[in-house]
Amino acid sequence: MSKEILLEVKNLSVDFGRGKKAFRAVDDVSFNIYKGETFGLVGESGSGKTTIGRAIVRINEASEGEIRFQGRKISGKLSRDEDRFVTERVQMIFQDPMASLNERAKVDYIVSEGLYNIKGFKSEKERKEKVEKALLDVGLLPEFASRFPHEFSGGQRQRIGIARTLVMEPELIIADEPISALDVSIRAQVLNILSLLKKTKSLTYLFVAHDLSVVRFITDRIAVIHKGKIVEMAESEELFKMPMHPYTKSLLSAIPLPDPIAESKKKLYVYDPNIHEYDLDPPKWVEIKPEHFVLANKKEVEMYKVAYAQGG
Amino acid sequence: MSNLYQEKNIVLSVKDLIIKFELRGRVLTAIRNISLDLYKGESLAIVGESGSGKSVFTKSFMGLLDSNGWIDQGSILYDNKDLSKFKREKEWLDLRGSRIAMVFQDPMTSLNPLKTIGRQVQEAIELHQGLKGKEAKSKAIEYLIDVGIAMPEKRFKQYPHEFSGGMRQRVVIAIAVACNPEILICDEPTTALDVTIQAQILNLLKAMQKKYKLTIVYITHDLGVVANVADRIAVMYAGDIIEIGTAHEIFYNPQHPYTWALLSSLPQLGVKGEDLFAIQGTPPNLFKDIEGDAFAPRNPHALKIDFLMRPPYFKLSETHKAKTWLLHPKAPEVKKAEVLLNLKENMEEYRHV
Ligand SMILES: Nc1ncnc2c1ncn2[C@@H]1O[C@H](COP(=O)(O)OP(=O)(O)OP(=O)(O)O)[C@@H](O)[C@H]1O
Ligand SMILES: Nc1ncnc2c1ncn2[C@@H]1O[C@H](COP(=O)(O)OP(=O)(O)OP(=O)(O)O)[C@@H](O)[C@H]1O
Ligand SMILES: [Mg+2]
Ligand SMILES: [Mg+2]
Repeated sequence: MSKEILLEVKNLSVDFGRGKKAFRAVDDVSFNIYKGETFGLVGESGSGKTTIGRAIVRINEASEGEIRFQGRKISGKLSRDEDRFVTERVQMIFQDPMASLNERAKVDYIVSEGLYNIKGFKSEKERKEKVEKALLDVGLLPEFASRFPHEFSGGQRQRIGIARTLVMEPELIIADEPISALDVSIRAQVLNILSLLKKTKSLTYLFVAHDLSVVRFITDRIAVIHKGKIVEMAESEELFKMPMHPYTKSLLSAIPLPDPIAESKKKLYVYDPNIHEYDLDPPKWVEIKPEHFVLANKKEVEMYKVAYAQGG
Repeated sequence: MSNLYQEKNIVLSVKDLIIKFELRGRVLTAIRNISLDLYKGESLAIVGESGSGKSVFTKSFMGLLDSNGWIDQGSILYDNKDLSKFKREKEWLDLRGSRIAMVFQDPMTSLNPLKTIGRQVQEAIELHQGLKGKEAKSKAIEYLIDVGIAMPEKRFKQYPHEFSGGMRQRVVIAIAVACNPEILICDEPTTALDVTIQAQILNLLKAMQKKYKLTIVYITHDLGVVANVADRIAVMYAGDIIEIGTAHEIFYNPQHPYTWALLSSLPQLGVKGEDLFAIQGTPPNLFKDIEGDAFAPRNPHALKIDFLMRPPYFKLSETHKAKTWLLHPKAPEVKKAEVLLNLKENMEEYRHV
């Protein structure tokens, strides 16, 4: 079965600032997202996850490289039609539910905003129905539509943010920490909704989250990013069972487990970027096993292969 | 009364607390008759659904309720004073920060963007420890080292925006600890952080707790974090603590159906490709009087009496009690979900490296 590539990110770099102050937040990143999959992006705070998402929905400009959606270039300058093409198909759930909702608008308007922009309804009745359905989909009551954002708890606001994305019926959703402000049970609900939509509407996700247990559960493949560079990428179970890059290992060692005995015995493995000897033997993007990629130099590749043979 | 305190080493004692809010002419009951003793030097985690009252409950210890809210009934005893009777801001000022301090989820809301990091830590020390000038400054640098900030002399002169999210949260903790409080309340202290920094901050809090003999109350949705830090766990539902026990008791021998449901929704217990367990229905409307067990309408194991009478605490051990009629001697036997019986085994697969 050949997989259809929905989104293609090729050698993407994003810089902030100019000249001497320029700072490269995303550095030569490439990955594909297949139609119908959930692709996870994990890595430490400030590693560039949000910036990649924002580059895809064209809030941040790509400094280098390009992004393609269904084969069509969606980075750089676009015509109005092309812009609409992207907006209708690619939506982002924003990380910060506090900052991303318009405080002065009622929930009804907030959820409909995207629909107004693309004229995504035929009658007022249809719009109201869509809003109601989106609210129900995320476990909120339809009567909340007439309330203002400040009247909700953090978790509820996060769900309003998800509802306004779902109402657009996009093909690709960039979900940036969609569950971090949610309590366990609502989080389960939201994850189930995202999975259901994936099945019924063949939605595709780029999923960013700090909670690696959730990422493991929900994603098909994962890319690990460190300081703007992807250091490892594999199918989710493979990555968790056979992590190769030391940064990936340190991330996995830090995951808090809901098990007090395990936690009391836990040892943190701290990543020290100085262990790499990249001066003479620079790293390359290597496929160490089918579909399992890691950033490594020749010496490390040999090491990883041995480790792999010994079962990680 | 104070004798009893010392025996159990209780630092703060809440009795039959009710907190209400007025919203557009209607009254909502956010906290419904909570009693809780906090022990000196312990770390207590409060978990529970969004909107169950975790923040409101702990904010009431610091006089930080929003202006449309009030303590309707009950007492909060601390240092031989009843905090629930405090009327003026002046009374709170002596206590807030210096005796009971709080670390909020978003460090930016607690830091002043216009002042250097060092200035802010130093001010806390000057205000609460009576040190001045040079002395206060070197103490401030000591705290920055304590919280793991490298190059503290250089960092001292920088502003919050020059720090990453994780570093800012450490500074907030440094400031809170510099106030020398007896009780530290951490409301979602690590939600915005990645796992490595989260683990570091939790270790830091535990170290600070030991060094300064702090009593810490954690509020968090992350049961992994809870398992890591908590001595005791209080589970809240609809404004009440429906179960409380040691971390081991709550994780390995949960009793209330809501606690079962909470643990069952853990992604670690899910099967990939299938739905995660999710609690059906919606939380109760707090504007209305709640009859019986507030969780009953969402509880597949609910008994008839759950809809009629509010369950009292049933005691399971000196440290463990739960408010559910299932623990009544005459209640029928109800089986917990398979996944919970083997929680430890189920976690096995998730241990890494
Ligand atoms: N508008 C901006 N101007 C300047 N620097 C920026 C801007 N947006 C992001 N950055 C910087 O780019 C880097 C990557 O930020 P980004 O928000 O993508 O990280 P992230 O991986 O999403 O982190 P987190 O997990 O904390 O959300 C950081 O160093 C950040 O400070
Ligand atoms: N100022 C207020 N006015 C009206 N109702 C309020 C106010 N503050 C809190 N509430 C209500 O009190 C209840 C408890 O809120 P609280 O913030 O304590 O929840 P929480 O358990 O901390 O939730 P979360 O996990 O989402 O932070 C909620 O139903 C909330 O809507
Ligand atoms: Mg981000
Ligand atoms: Mg709260």
